[in-house]
Amino acid sequence: MAKDTPLAIDVRGLNKHFGARHVVRDLALQVREGEIFGFLGPNGSGKTTSIRMICGLLTPDSGAGSCLGLDVMRESREIKRQVGYMTQRFSLWEDLTIAENLDFVARMFGMPDRREAVTRALADLGLEGRRNQLAGTLSGGWKQRLALAACLLHNPRLLLLDEPTAGVDPKARRDFWEEIHRLSAAGITVLVSTHYMDEAERCHRLAYLAYGQMLASGTGDEIIAGQRLSTWAIEGGDAPGLSEALRALDGVEQVASFGTRLHASGQDAARLTASLNAFCAERHLQSEPVAPSLEDAFIHLMRTSTDPDA
Amino acid sequence: MSNFSLSRWLGIVIKEFTQLRRDRLTFGMIVGIPLLQLILFGFAINSDPKHLPTAVVMHDTGPFSRAWVAAMENSDYFRIVGTAASDADATALLARGEVQFVVSFPRDFNRDLVRGLRPQLLVEADATDPTVAGGAISVLNQLGQRVFTPDLPGAQRPPGAAPGRVDLRVHRRYNPESKTAYNIVPGLLGVILTMTMVLMTGLAMTRERERGTFENLLSTPATAFEVMTGKIVPYIVIGLIQVTLVLLAARGIFHVPMRGSVLLLYALVLLFICANLAIGITFSSIARNQLQAMQLTFFFFLPSILLSGFMFPFRGMPEWAQAVGNLLPLTHFLIMVRGVMLKGLGLDMLWSQVGAITAFILAVLAVGIKTFRRTMD
Repeated sequence: MAKDTPLAIDVRGLNKHFGARHVVRDLALQVREGEIFGFLGPNGSGKTTSIRMICGLLTPDSGAGSCLGLDVMRESREIKRQVGYMTQRFSLWEDLTIAENLDFVARMFGMPDRREAVTRALADLGLEGRRNQLAGTLSGGWKQRLALAACLLHNPRLLLLDEPTAGVDPKARRDFWEEIHRLSAAGITVLVSTHYMDEAERCHRLAYLAYGQMLASGTGDEIIAGQRLSTWAIEGGDAPGLSEALRALDGVEQVASFGTRLHASGQDAARLTASLNAFCAERHLQSEPVAPSLEDAFIHLMRTSTDPDA
Repeated sequence: MSNFSLSRWLGIVIKEFTQLRRDRLTFGMIVGIPLLQLILFGFAINSDPKHLPTAVVMHDTGPFSRAWVAAMENSDYFRIVGTAASDADATALLARGEVQFVVSFPRDFNRDLVRGLRPQLLVEADATDPTVAGGAISVLNQLGQRVFTPDLPGAQRPPGAAPGRVDLRVHRRYNPESKTAYNIVPGLLGVILTMTMVLMTGLAMTRERERGTFENLLSTPATAFEVMTGKIVPYIVIGLIQVTLVLLAARGIFHVPMRGSVLLLYALVLLFICANLAIGITFSSIARNQLQAMQLTFFFFLPSILLSGFMFPFRGMPEWAQAVGNLLPLTHFLIMVRGVMLKGLGLDMLWSQVGAITAFILAVLAVGIKTFRRTMD
């Protein structure tokens, strides 16, 4: 993605309080047009609130910026027209049929060629034969596809997807992400929040949020590099007690399992290497230095982040 | 029962209580409703109303007229609120529902009484609600037997039990046969509308929020005004269908007369529907789920039927209860619907009711829109 591509989202200093809780702190975010931007962070880190503020569903308490060239503080209604927002939970009407749901959404966005748009969306979904089925009777994967179709109906320039693949099987998830990449290639900007590492790796750029603050952002490689971690992979990770023993070593800050291998990471490479070499020699374990993965980086971020209010 | 585990069972009981405690609104209702209702309704409801407002038309102000009026007041059933200058004025008071009775003393009442001519004494009662007038009318009959006896000259005093000295004529206006259906059926119109309109709008909004579909609605460019009014219109249509059904039944099954304008009645119904929808919307922005919306509806519905004069005579209630009743739109709607159907009243007689309901709508909407806006954000 070229650096001079115009920005779809450009906000600074966004804040939101719910009562006494400060849920989003000074959020600054730049997303380029046509980019797939991933939002990561633990539950309750402010991802959903951030997305809602950007798409005009919530008014920020303070801050400034633009979304699709429109002011986020004042032009939320105009923003809504050009944004497709897919909620975390299935939020179409379960007691309406598939076709009725699409038709209703098309009406809400005041589409002039409503019928054709609905027919086209049904054809793209491959659901023409089931157009009169109640949305509530669809399986999880189909609900997700219908929800995506509904928020693409009005040809938005920006898609905001809030944990779109939660509870969806791997095949449907892969199909979903192929669709996201197709949309991105067609010029639609996508902001997506997720908990899955494989999905994070499919994003062009990422941001990591915790306690309402953005702790890191950039490409996956930039975020990994930013944590200045050294990582060793140790074979035999399924041995009982091994990960606890590793964690107790000097210089090891975190241990994460990847299948049968364990990743031990720390920021002080020399101390980490010294203690691991001694430990592995003693226990006859195979170990080798590896490039830290995105997951190692996120575990590090999650571990070192602290609640400013606590 | 060998598998019964007391600690497991206790676990379930404790969990239920904990959840109940968390749901503050429900908890408040559980404690508050019985107390409030006991106090409110225990003191307020009285099916033998006294101190009924009465107007007097004095075409003869002689001592016997005054004695009769004093006797009426002493009976506790009547409260003389004023003297009407003419029969027409008195009829207007009765029509507007400002008085329950009008007593008219004819010209030469005193002279004819002394002469033993049994002069006519006309008592007109607003009998739209037959139970209200019942007790008072039977008291009147007793008065006719004894009021004048001590004051009359000896020659006029009968030796034994006297037949009435006056020819007491009681006219049960608007409902001469004292049919309860005349009173209940138009009243039901208001009760049914209150119940369904408040409940349905309350649920319609909370259902969206509970299922998460509200968020979807909000992510579209639809405005608060569009969402609110768009969701209401279908219920207005439902309300009008209900009204039509009740009116047809009133006509076909209960033979309740329709003395006023049907068009006016529908216009008043529309106003009343608006009042209930305003309440429903306000409830839906306060309630977090459908259960709470339902509870709030009942919280509003019970005083509406008990204190509005639908179930028990409005005039039988103490003043503070009447004041509460006067805040409720149903109270005013009952006066309007009975006025139009039974008394044939026009809009000119109903302005104060229209005004009261309009004030109610504005007050509730002010609260409702404010809380609704907040839920949109």
